[in-house]
Amino acid sequence: MIVMNQNSKPSPAEGGVLEAPKRTLFQENWNLFRKNRLAMAGLVIFVIFFIIAVGGFFLTYGRSPVFDPALVRLQEKLRPPLSKPNLETLKPEELPRLGIYLFGTDDLGRDIFSRMLQGAWVSLTVGFIAVGIAVVIGVFLGGIAGYYGSSQIPLGHLLACLLLGGGVIAIVAGRTAMGISLILFGGATAALLIRVGYAEGKRPIPKALSVLFFNLFSVDVLITGLIDIMLCFPVFFLILTVVALIPSKIHYIMIVIGLTSWMGSARFIRAEFLSLREQDFVTAAKALGVSDWRIIFRHMVPNAMSPVLVSATIGIASAILIEAGLSFLGFGDASYATWGNILSSGKDFLFDAPWLTFVPGFAVLIVVLAFNLFGEGLRDVLNPKLKERH
Amino acid sequence: MLAFIGRSAIQKIVTLFFVSIISFLIVHLAPGEPSQIDPLNPKFTQEVLERFRKEFHLDKPLHIQYLYYYRDLLTGKSVSWKDNRPVLKKIYERFKNSLWLFILGTLITWTLSFPVGIHAAIRRGGLYDRSTTFLAYLLISIPGFFFAYMLIIFVVTHFHVPVIGMETFGISSTGWYWFMDRMWHLLLPSILGAAGGIAVLSRYVRNQMLEVESQDYVRTAKAKGLSPDKVHYKHALRNALLPFVTMFGLILPGLIGGSVIIESIFSWPGMGRMAYEAILARNYPVILAVNFISAILVLVGTFISDLLYMVVDPRIRL
Amino acid sequence: MSCGNEPLLSVENLKVFFHSDGTVSRAVDGVSYEVKEGETVCLVGESGCGKTVSVLAILGLVPQPPGEIPGGEILFKGRSLLELNEEALQEIRGKEISMIFQEPMTSLNPVFTIGDQIEEAITTHEAVERAEAQRRTIELLADVGIASPEERMKDYPHNLSGGQRQRVMIAMALACEPDLVIADEPTTALDVTIQDQILHLFRELKKKRQMALLYITHNLGVVAEIADRIYVMYAGIIAEVGNVEQVFRNPNHPYTMGLLASLPSRVRKGQPLYSIPGAVPDPAYKPQGCPFNPRCPYVNEICRREFPEMCDFGDHHFARCPIIFQERKNL
Repeated sequence: MIVMNQNSKPSPAEGGVLEAPKRTLFQENWNLFRKNRLAMAGLVIFVIFFIIAVGGFFLTYGRSPVFDPALVRLQEKLRPPLSKPNLETLKPEELPRLGIYLFGTDDLGRDIFSRMLQGAWVSLTVGFIAVGIAVVIGVFLGGIAGYYGSSQIPLGHLLACLLLGGGVIAIVAGRTAMGISLILFGGATAALLIRVGYAEGKRPIPKALSVLFFNLFSVDVLITGLIDIMLCFPVFFLILTVVALIPSKIHYIMIVIGLTSWMGSARFIRAEFLSLREQDFVTAAKALGVSDWRIIFRHMVPNAMSPVLVSATIGIASAILIEAGLSFLGFGDASYATWGNILSSGKDFLFDAPWLTFVPGFAVLIVVLAFNLFGEGLRDVLNPKLKERH
Repeated sequence: MLAFIGRSAIQKIVTLFFVSIISFLIVHLAPGEPSQIDPLNPKFTQEVLERFRKEFHLDKPLHIQYLYYYRDLLTGKSVSWKDNRPVLKKIYERFKNSLWLFILGTLITWTLSFPVGIHAAIRRGGLYDRSTTFLAYLLISIPGFFFAYMLIIFVVTHFHVPVIGMETFGISSTGWYWFMDRMWHLLLPSILGAAGGIAVLSRYVRNQMLEVESQDYVRTAKAKGLSPDKVHYKHALRNALLPFVTMFGLILPGLIGGSVIIESIFSWPGMGRMAYEAILARNYPVILAVNFISAILVLVGTFISDLLYMVVDPRIRL
Repeated sequence: MSCGNEPLLSVENLKVFFHSDGTVSRAVDGVSYEVKEGETVCLVGESGCGKTVSVLAILGLVPQPPGEIPGGEILFKGRSLLELNEEALQEIRGKEISMIFQEPMTSLNPVFTIGDQIEEAITTHEAVERAEAQRRTIELLADVGIASPEERMKDYPHNLSGGQRQRVMIAMALACEPDLVIADEPTTALDVTIQDQILHLFRELKKKRQMALLYITHNLGVVAEIADRIYVMYAGIIAEVGNVEQVFRNPNHPYTMGLLASLPSRVRKGQPLYSIPGAVPDPAYKPQGCPFNPRCPYVNEICRREFPEMCDFGDHHFARCPIIFQERKNL
């Protein structure tokens, strides 16, 4: 020990080298993030909301939940918040659990507090699942466009995919016969392509079939075209149309919101991939013979995720808003209490029972605000350009 | 330049074609039929249904229906299923009502966002910046319908003016009183329509301005001895404004979008409400027409913004 | 060299700190230098040693916050620049002191023509007719070696090459015939051949005009070509001062010696190039005592404890190293 000490360099205490404290990237980001008070407030509210929503799910779930959001007490309708239940007219099991109507009751005498709890869980799942779907589609399509963008699509492949896809859609839409025939045609085309494709190199492609291998356009054109097409639809109107046409189940609503909001992530990922693909560490990985999938998922996706993370956080906020708007217009799933349909039921009693408007309204406002603030804080922290400015 | 215009026109037409197919498929492949909107209605007998189907080509295969529909739409012959009136005429009537909201809303948005965003950027980190930032987040996050109700409660209880509809029911006077009545009715929905826009646009202006303020040429301008006003409003602003010129094109789609929620809260007989009613009644010709026209507006809007960008930015010459 | 007359610019014990994340970066930590009329002075040092920040402070261009100037004095023609208000500084910027920046590619405003930008520099400070300003712009462009200036002045920056843009920047800096031109690494971003042309241009202009030049660079080759006097900076302080002859032939600070030793030269052909061990300290965590001590081959206990004095080696040659000073005296 002593010998080692004599050989070691002078420690900072002796007036030698003072080094900058070493911090991991996460710590550095966290320190930056912590300084943004609004974003921190957003994070705290988000955590609280998460706990309430998960708690709300367990407390309002099942046949006889702790807080029953669907329990109708017609004699107790439109009671203001904090009012005491009328003990004479209610059966014991109909009494609110808290002893009072914390947030009042609606026009059917249902306890708003229980309904808000269930609504919290609905908002949370709608936000996360819709955005989850959007991010998966966006990352997948954007990644393909960014990485394989320049490869060409032969006519035959496109034809096979269209036939198969059209068949599936037709079956889903109830036209089974048409769907099955489309799928059979598609399958036949695919089989033909595979056969001819394998034979390629051994013997030339027959003249008649060469048209199937005619290169139409690149993958990138296809996917950016798809994005452009989707951006042409007025989003809320499109969601409204689809939700109005299909049975109003909360799962469908999540899926529809997800399917109509992936374009942002796809664009981000595509742009990131296009620039990452040209960078040296990707070239180096390729030179080492790393497979495409490994390059994409181990090397490129982690580098491209930060803008997606930010847009996903903000996307959750807008998904919650969209769901609330749909419920408000009466397109929600009536079998669940959601913040939107509490608000919607309150619109007829705007002046008599303003709590029906204000309680869910402020709840949506606070949660959405929290997600937006948190997302913007993340954006600031993850943006290397802003970091230099600090 | 001409090549660019030609290329992008072809591209946009192809996109429009696919949009028309997709929206047609969405509407027609969804389970249920328009004739079934009201199965209990005794007027819908089997014969009526058959005639209805025949009249609107619903008995033909999908691709034929598609061709019929868009032929009718483009020649202006497409009619609403509900009242047999031409779709385009119906849309035009509602469009006139929505136009007022659109114009006033856009004016409010653009006149407020720029000064707010620019000042926030110049006083970065100050009280003004922080409070407008928070306000912007608040406006982005507030559900439109909730905000609408708060405003209605506020205006009705404080000013005692009716605000629902386009004008007070049964109002007969003309002149000043009529004008003020119209303005009151117009004001709330326009503010609501503009609220989100102000928040987004002012944040965008602020960020753009900050980005530009940190550029080297702004330092050069300062080092030249220019006054802060000239540095901010000539050298920085001129560069910061570039992307916004392109947004003139992008406000076009707002013309038809209207707001379903705001128009239905205020009983405003505009495009948004018409679309909403069409959806409720499964009135396919109207739904598809609204979708098609708004897609055209989006495409024309992006085209205009591309052109404007070329005109404004000396670096882009095609 | 004209010694004895009043310095045009003198910077006394200037300190510029940056606050970030609870730490204080002492970017400029007590720097003094002076520029006499008509003189060419070079500030030399590695990137991050505070050269640029110290000259930005002269023009009041240090962004505050996060920057802060806790001490020091900057005298220009006897006026204290740090005490002037913004309006008075605007009068000086561009008219009496002008500045040329490192990045010609981004230092010109992309949406205005170069003619507009040079004219603006003239009309801001002098009440002249537009036609007169234009005439002078053409003259300036011709002076800095831009061919067919009448047409070029209608160009936007993106039409020009990097070297041409730097010439435009120089023309803009000269527009009001300032007494002092500060050039912050004006050739670093350019190709070597263009660098040479720009340096040549500076020397030509110096001959024609009465102006002092404060030239910032990390390139010792450039220094040797143009400097009357050299200030070597390290980690926010001045390490050594002297003329070209003194600093290059007879360096008295270990840092300067290291810098010179790491130059490729024909004498030590075939041997590996020397490099100073270690790295420039983080300006927020500078070592105690002499900031160079962790990398210094002559280091001893005093260096780790005490901040070194500036030592006079005679004939206006100074270095901040008492150890070398003792050694030289004992010889």
